[in-house]
Amino acid sequence: MAKTVNIWIDGHAIEADPSMNIIEVADKHGIHIPRLCYHPDLPPTANCGVCVVDVAGNPLPKRACCTPVTEGMKITTNSPKLRSYRKTLVEMILSNHEVVCPTCAANNKCELQTLANNLGVDPDHLPTILRKQPKDDSSLSIIRDVNKCIACGRCVTVCNEVQTVYALTFADRGFEGHVDTSFGKGMANSPCVNCGQCTVYCPTGALREKSEIDAVWEAILDPDKHVIVQEAPSIRVSLGEEFGMPLGSVTPKKMYAALRKMGFDSVMDTNFTADLTILEEGTECVAKLKAGEKRPLITSCSPGWIKFMETYYPDLADCVSTAKSPMSMFGVLAKTYYAQEHKVDPAKIVSVAIMPCTAKKFEARRPELRDSGYQDTDYVLTTREFIRMIKEAGIDFANIPEEEPDEGMSFYSGAGTIFGATGGVMEAAIRSAYFLVTGKDLENVEIGAVRGLEGVKEAAVDVPGFGEVRVAVAHGLGNARKVMDRVREGLATKGESPWHFIEIMACPGGCVGGGGQPYGNDIASRARRGLALYEEDRNLPVRQSHRNPEVTRIYERFLEKPNSPIALKLLHTYYFKRSVTSGQVTEQATHKHH
Amino acid sequence: MKYFRTHVLVGVNEASKQAGVEKFVAALRKELEKSGLQEEVNVLETGPLGFFGKGICLTVYPDNVNYENIKAEDIPELVAEHFLKGRPVHRLMFDAGSRFTPKFNYESRIVLRNSGIIDPESIDEYLGTGGYEAWEKALLQMKPADIVEEVKQSGLRGRGGAGFPTGLKWSFTAPIKCDQKYVVVNADEGEPGTFKDRLIMEGDPNQLLEGIMICARAVGATKAFIYIRGEYKLSIERLRKAIAQCYEYGLLGKNIFGSKFDLDLEIRIGAGAYVCGEETALIESLEGNRGNPRWKPPFPGVKGLWGCPTVVNNVETLANVPFIIKHGAGEYKKFGTPDCSGTKVYTILGDVAYPGLCEADMGTTLRTIINDYAGGMKKGFRFKAALIGGAAGVILSDRLLDVKMDLNSLNQYSAVLGSGAILVMDEHASIVDMLWSILRFFRHESCGKCSPCRNGTQQLYDIICKIRKGEGTEQDLDLMLLIAETMQQTSFCALGQSPVMPVRSALENFRDEFVASTKK
Repeated sequence: MAKTVNIWIDGHAIEADPSMNIIEVADKHGIHIPRLCYHPDLPPTANCGVCVVDVAGNPLPKRACCTPVTEGMKITTNSPKLRSYRKTLVEMILSNHEVVCPTCAANNKCELQTLANNLGVDPDHLPTILRKQPKDDSSLSIIRDVNKCIACGRCVTVCNEVQTVYALTFADRGFEGHVDTSFGKGMANSPCVNCGQCTVYCPTGALREKSEIDAVWEAILDPDKHVIVQEAPSIRVSLGEEFGMPLGSVTPKKMYAALRKMGFDSVMDTNFTADLTILEEGTECVAKLKAGEKRPLITSCSPGWIKFMETYYPDLADCVSTAKSPMSMFGVLAKTYYAQEHKVDPAKIVSVAIMPCTAKKFEARRPELRDSGYQDTDYVLTTREFIRMIKEAGIDFANIPEEEPDEGMSFYSGAGTIFGATGGVMEAAIRSAYFLVTGKDLENVEIGAVRGLEGVKEAAVDVPGFGEVRVAVAHGLGNARKVMDRVREGLATKGESPWHFIEIMACPGGCVGGGGQPYGNDIASRARRGLALYEEDRNLPVRQSHRNPEVTRIYERFLEKPNSPIALKLLHTYYFKRSVTSGQVTEQATHKHH
Repeated sequence: MKYFRTHVLVGVNEASKQAGVEKFVAALRKELEKSGLQEEVNVLETGPLGFFGKGICLTVYPDNVNYENIKAEDIPELVAEHFLKGRPVHRLMFDAGSRFTPKFNYESRIVLRNSGIIDPESIDEYLGTGGYEAWEKALLQMKPADIVEEVKQSGLRGRGGAGFPTGLKWSFTAPIKCDQKYVVVNADEGEPGTFKDRLIMEGDPNQLLEGIMICARAVGATKAFIYIRGEYKLSIERLRKAIAQCYEYGLLGKNIFGSKFDLDLEIRIGAGAYVCGEETALIESLEGNRGNPRWKPPFPGVKGLWGCPTVVNNVETLANVPFIIKHGAGEYKKFGTPDCSGTKVYTILGDVAYPGLCEADMGTTLRTIINDYAGGMKKGFRFKAALIGGAAGVILSDRLLDVKMDLNSLNQYSAVLGSGAILVMDEHASIVDMLWSILRFFRHESCGKCSPCRNGTQQLYDIICKIRKGEGTEQDLDLMLLIAETMQQTSFCALGQSPVMPVRSALENFRDEFVASTKK
């Protein structure tokens, strides 16, 4: 450790790292300084002023979130004056906020609500200065309600600095200053990729998913409809925490039981199509490797990443796997294979996906994803919406007896379940690609080099008969940008990519950190959920996608073999080029296989 | 060189330009030629003359006669009577009908010593007054550390409002070893009622440039920017000319005077946001970003423009520097008070007889400034209050008329010298209206970044509107103070920290008036 400094916080002598701000040091030592806009995962925006502390020798208080500690600093975090200022400050914020807590999506999760409660503010002290504005509900994924926005700037920071999407910015100034999209044209006409990280970091309910709960209930209760549901890998490790169970509880069978109790006609699992994806994508990858292709193969599961690529890297669209995402593979198969096997009219099938993701709502409505002859996936619910439905249905999730899913499209391997964590798709692909090239299984299926939360992970795998395969894994679009820039540069200068195979997930941490995950979705809880997926993988009887019996069966009965003509027709897609200012399609970038 | 018996100085500024000063000067020259006086009477276009008359104003030397509001049709009479026969035309004189003669007091002028005397568009005239001798001295005879030390010794403090010791500021940047440092001149004068920097730049742009050069040498900056308000068209024009002349004369550019020191100077034009006068917001704006302030630390002196060490100084501050270097800190300290040296340039406006610009020693009382420089109160009405330092200033009552105007003395009364604007109000002025106007200004000029300022300025504005309409209560007065104090303690930058000054001083000094305006 570098040189430390000696400081005192409320009289406690502390040896602190001078690269840290006061609030980080205080947090580390269990001293809680009230805060609102500060979030440990993000660089401080220093907009709210709540975290002010007194530093001896300074006439005015300092903001703890952005003031570095220095030698001899004497800090007071709690005094009658500071408490009075913080209280008035929060009263001012509330006076410009639509206070509708009981009906707000963020109720009980709202950081402003908690803070106001903790500080004991008087809601009637100041008259309201709120000027009601219409909501921005132009996006298929995300609703922005400026009336609840406190302009803390977290969404702008995560969008621009972490994700480098540049959809959100501050517009106007003074009291009229607000968060907006470029040219004020709404989320749907911005470069927004629907990743939803803004909804995760929003301290209030100003940013949230566009809810499809009502439509799903209606379908469930319609006796004429056959409602089939799939759940993404990360859902099973993100529910328990909301129902009093420890963070990272692995609860797939409680999840199935709850879904069946809610009234879904068929409870299947996205993990099954995750395994299927590995065979389709893995086959594509092996073909590229064998052909000595200089351009890399990049994964295509993450819809936020796909729109990001279409917007900022359309010149590399041909490098992205044509395989649809596991959700969309499931969607098309539900209305073809499943309908055929169960003799159900596909017109009556309503396909619902439960996803940790807001971008999946956008993906489901892509006009090209209708290879079943219908919209392949009808509704997408985020984890948050699913939790609300469980509560609405009055289900005691923690104590519900476990149940098995329905058969046919629900069996999964450990490789399928780790799709939910960054590096998981890569690890699953390596497990099967190795087999596809050598005809042998890997001795140790756990590939530590691609696990963990480092922004860009690299590994080289020695594949007998082929040689060294270089892979990279990036999570968070800011990291994706770094990787893509290097690919672009490598292709331009050396004529080849630095890596053969690249996994990209739009959200930091992968799907466990998705934009549809429960509020309070910080890096630490993402890591814990990711570990839960690896734990489930370790305990599953089958750990490689090509060993999944239901996958073998679907190829035998319906899809013939990976990348067969029918597989290419149903399970593969193509991409577009989009405007960097409006996010709208400008031209088609790649074509569908025939 | 030609010698003239009479010099007619014509003040060319935004106001006289509107009155058609260019045509007027041509007509005057023509009339003088007609009378055969072109070899005897010199017409000089110059900057602010030091008094604020209407329209086109003239000063005639050596007679020391000031004319105001001269029209083209007055020219024949003026030439025939004054310039030919030597009889000043009383009818057209500035102080016609009054016995007051504004005190120009040239002895205590540093910053304005050439203003209204030389042609600001001619570098030769500036050189003729000993200009750029300090630059030569700083470059060829002094070490950078000596310059910093001299400025430190002079006791010069920032004239932009905060009053930070200038030498100390330079001493943070000077020792840093790096490839690029910058000097940024804050000419984004936005404090309401303040226009001293404009007049300094219009009247004597070369003096500012010389100050910038010396500063750049002292801290080791090879690039300087003047960030100036877009509205200051004449200042921009004159600075551009002066900079071009400096390059031509080898005062700027590569290897100046063979010293191996390079310096480039550029003008950047602001778009009119008040907050861009805050140094870090100014830097953001200069970089091409939204003009939001940055958190300090790191201070600009260590990490400023494009991450490089940057000294940001106000126009008036730098205009003092050539004098200090040329004559030494000791000479400079003869001006002002022992703990607050030098002079201060004020703009006096409001209900005084002669609103205008003046330069007075630090420590001169408010009463002296109003009476000796501005001709006292207009029409003999009683003094009620003065807003010192612009919107981010304080409203003083007559109890403080004899307080010394310098940074330390005013501090004792929680007042500030600020930008040097003095807005005088007579017995008819409403303090409630004044505060309303100030709070409306802050509401408009908040950048909106931080919540105390964004919401607080709106709350304060709403409350003062209520009081002004007679719908407020006494509790609202306390609430206003609580909000303003909370803003001061929790705001991100000086803008949000400022409203407390006018609010508190107005409520302390004129509470009765506010109470009278509340609901009965």
